[in-house]
Amino acid sequence: MISEVKLRVPVTDADHAQGPKDAPLVLLEYGDYQCPYCGQAYYIVKQLQQALQDELRFVFRNFPLSQIHPDAVSAARAAEAAALQRKFWGMHDTLYENQDNLDLESLLEYAAELDLDVSKFITDMGSRQVEQRVANDFQGGVRSGVNGTPTFFVNGFRYDGDWSYPSLLNTLQAVLAHMSTR
Amino acid sequence: MSILKAGTKAPDFRLSCTPDQTLSLSEFRGRNVILAFYPADWSPVCGDQLALYNEILPMFKQHNAELLGLSVDGVWCHLAYRKDRKLAFPLLSDFEPKGEAARLYGAYRYKEGVTERALFVIDGEGTIRWSYVSPLGVNPGAEGILDALEKLAEKEVR
Repeated sequence: MISEVKLRVPVTDADHAQGPKDAPLVLLEYGDYQCPYCGQAYYIVKQLQQALQDELRFVFRNFPLSQIHPDAVSAARAAEAAALQRKFWGMHDTLYENQDNLDLESLLEYAAELDLDVSKFITDMGSRQVEQRVANDFQGGVRSGVNGTPTFFVNGFRYDGDWSYPSLLNTLQAVLAHMSTR
Repeated sequence: MSILKAGTKAPDFRLSCTPDQTLSLSEFRGRNVILAFYPADWSPVCGDQLALYNEILPMFKQHNAELLGLSVDGVWCHLAYRKDRKLAFPLLSDFEPKGEAARLYGAYRYKEGVTERALFVIDGEGTIRWSYVSPLGVNPGAEGILDALEKLAEKEVR
């Protein structure tokens, strides 16, 4: 289920991550906020985090497919703009929980709900820095063999199995067991 | 049947890309060409694969490369599919005689009557520089194509 396709852009401190830095398992997702499958995966990742607790570090990178999802790029920029006010995960969760409403007006509403400085948020969303961040995530993903959304990497290798909860959990637990026997 | 390998001259073909237009491979001389054979319009993996390629067309263009999608679907089917998925590259109909172009490349599945999920990178002189066949249900992504195009660019610089 875990392929030999290797992540070419290693996880660093610049990434958005949840869970301990020294966690034995690193699950990385390349996702698109407007992609309905990513919307399903969002809840699955939450369950995995619940089940694996401190064994798991979860990392999210942007992979907006703008041609089929017209609001995906602005949603990705909204999350990155929120990150500049230390609210990446708040915005990330809000976007996935409100996938049907990702127009600009809604994004500003979410920013206000998260107590962001909305005028800074608007400036940041349109900034070169945020644009570049989203574009870099995307290009790095392409070079790492991201082939659609969501694409997951487990400890640096692309996961090609189905991403249902039981199958991801089994894979992650198997990797963990393998590591502890060594 | 195995697909044509790097170093082989790419066989020319002329196929319909819309109900009233055709395209031939030789028209692209001087530019790199990516041939993406895929089993069928509308099938889920193809959708993802082509959506990805559509998204990264600018990355292909940077390498002076044109992308052509090919399947055995008819022109009207391709037309509807391109419109629905907003695809900005041509889809060619390898429709009559069915799979003729795919057969030339060793990328036809006789049993199922569809093309393989096969990729070819062809240089400006019409030579295959990289080829890859993916299991039908597996989306091959784009990194292989981009690696091949980068290698081509390195050689041109030298």
